[in-house]
Amino acid sequence: MSAAAVSPPTARKTALNAVHRQMGAKMVEFNGWDMPVEYPASIGCGIVNEHMAVRTGVGLFDVSHMGDIRLAGPGALDAVQHISMNDAAKLAIGQAQYSALLYPQGTFVDDVIVHRLGVDEYLLVINAGTREKDFNWVRENTRQFDCLIENLSDDYTQIAVQGPKAAELMERLNGKYIDVPDHGINAPFQKLRIDADYKSLKFYWITEGRTMAVRTGADRLFDSKTLIGRTGYTAEDGFEIYIPSEEAISAHVWYGLLEAGKDLGAVPCGLGARNTLRLEGKLPLYGHEISDTINVWEAGLDRWCKMDKVEFIGRAALEKARAEGLKRTLVGLEMIERGIARDGYKVLDDGGHEIGYVTSGSPAPFLKKNIALAYVPPTHADIGSTVQVEIRGQGVKAQVIPTPFYKRPKKA
Amino acid sequence: MSYPTDRKYTKEHEWIGTDGKIGITNHAQDSLGDIVFVDLPKVGAEITMGKTFGTVESVKAVSDLYAPASGTVTDVNDDLATSPEKVNKDAHAAWMIKIAIKNAAELDGLLSAADYEKFVSEEAGH
Repeated sequence: MSAAAVSPPTARKTALNAVHRQMGAKMVEFNGWDMPVEYPASIGCGIVNEHMAVRTGVGLFDVSHMGDIRLAGPGALDAVQHISMNDAAKLAIGQAQYSALLYPQGTFVDDVIVHRLGVDEYLLVINAGTREKDFNWVRENTRQFDCLIENLSDDYTQIAVQGPKAAELMERLNGKYIDVPDHGINAPFQKLRIDADYKSLKFYWITEGRTMAVRTGADRLFDSKTLIGRTGYTAEDGFEIYIPSEEAISAHVWYGLLEAGKDLGAVPCGLGARNTLRLEGKLPLYGHEISDTINVWEAGLDRWCKMDKVEFIGRAALEKARAEGLKRTLVGLEMIERGIARDGYKVLDDGGHEIGYVTSGSPAPFLKKNIALAYVPPTHADIGSTVQVEIRGQGVKAQVIPTPFYKRPKKA
Repeated sequence: MSYPTDRKYTKEHEWIGTDGKIGITNHAQDSLGDIVFVDLPKVGAEITMGKTFGTVESVKAVSDLYAPASGTVTDVNDDLATSPEKVNKDAHAAWMIKIAIKNAAELDGLLSAADYEKFVSEEAGH
C-alpha cells in the first residue's frame, strides 16, 4: 500500500484551508492547490457519504481555487463573443451560460461559465489549473475591444451549496440571523445572515445578495454585497456564493451554512465527491473530456457552440472539422464485467485491438455501478455496443450506455 | 488503536497470521477511505514475499497489495467480492487470502504489533 500524498509546500491555499484542516479533511494537491479530497468518517463524511448527501440533501464545497475574470466596458460583449463559443448576446442581465474558450484549431483553452453581471459587465468563471493561461489568453485576444479585463481570482472565496435541499438551507439564512458556533477560526464573528431572493432565482441565473455578520469590537457589523449564482458542477440544484477571500468571514460563512443545514444532513464535501458527482452528470473536466487536442464536436458540446452567431476564435476550424466528419467521439460506458475503468485506461474492441481510451472513470456511488467516459471511433459509439477496458493487462467488458448517467428528478 | 498481537505486520500495511491468513491493517483502510473493489489471486496461485499479489481499490485510487510472505493460495475470501466495505468495517477480521506459508522464517523479519504501531505513529508525524 502506498503512503498518503502530501501537498508540496508551494501548493496554493484558499482562504478556507485552515477550516478544512480543522475539520480533519484528507488533503491533496490538485493543480497546484492544497485541497480537501474528503472529510473524516468520524463526522459522517468520506467520498461516498458526501456524494449521497449532495444527491439526497445538501453538501458544501470550497471551490475558491477556480478563477474569475471580469470584462467591463462598451466593448465587453464583443470581447466575450470573440473568445467564447456560446452566444453571449442572448444573456439578459443576471443570466449565465456554459461555454468554452477555443483555440484557432477549434480545441479547448478551457470551459467556462459566462455570467452577465450588468449592461456592459461579464464574469467568466474558469478552472483552477488554467487561471493564468486563461487570463493571458483573454487579455491577449481582446486587445482590440474597448473593455477592461480584470483577474479577480484571488478576491473571492467561492462556496458551492449543492443538493435538493440547498434552497431550503439558504432560505434559513434569508432575512434573519442564525447563531454560528465559535470555532476559533471565525472569530470575532457571531451571527450570520445571507439575504437574497432565492425563491425567484432560476437555474443558471445570478443575483446580488447581502451577507451580514455581527462581530464583537468597535466595528459591530460585517455587511457586504454577495454575488450568488444558481449554478454548480454536481448535476443537482444549488448555489455558488462569492464572498471576500478573507479567512475569518470565509470560515464564518462555511460554519454558518453547516450549522443552518445540520438537520438537513449538510456535510462538507471534497474533490473526491466533486468528481464522482460531475461524472454521473457527464460534466466535462478539463484535461480529461476536453483539452487543447480535442475539438468541440468530439467532446459532444455542440449544444453550447453557436456557429451562427458573430465570428469567434475557432469557428473556421470547426466548420472544416464538421465537414470532414468525426474520427472519435465521447461515449458513456458501464462496466458489465467485474472491474473499475479509470482515467487513461485503454479501450479495446471485442477482438482486443486498441480503439480508444478512458477520459474519466470511477465507481458511481449513487448509481451503484462502475462508469466511465471514453473516446472511441464513431463505429463503436452506438448505445449497446460492447467494448473492453484494459485493466491491469486484462480486457474487461463494458457497454456503451446513454448519458448523462444521472439526471436529477424533475420537481413535481 | 492497539493492533492484534496474534499476527505480524509489514511496512506496506498488510498483516499475516500464523495460520497464513492475510489482510490489510486498520490504518490502511482508514487511509484508503471507502473500499469499493478487491482484486485477489485464485486458489493455487503462488505469491512471493514483497511482490504484489492483488489490488484494493477505493473510489479514488488503486492500491497494490504486497505479499508479507511467500506461499500458495489455499483460500480466498469471496465475501469481499460482493461486500468490499467489510474491509473498512473491520480490517483485522476481513482476511483476503489464506496461504500455505512456504518459509516460516520469513515472518521473523516482519513487524510485531508494537513495532507496527510505532511505525504508524512515526509515519503520521511526517
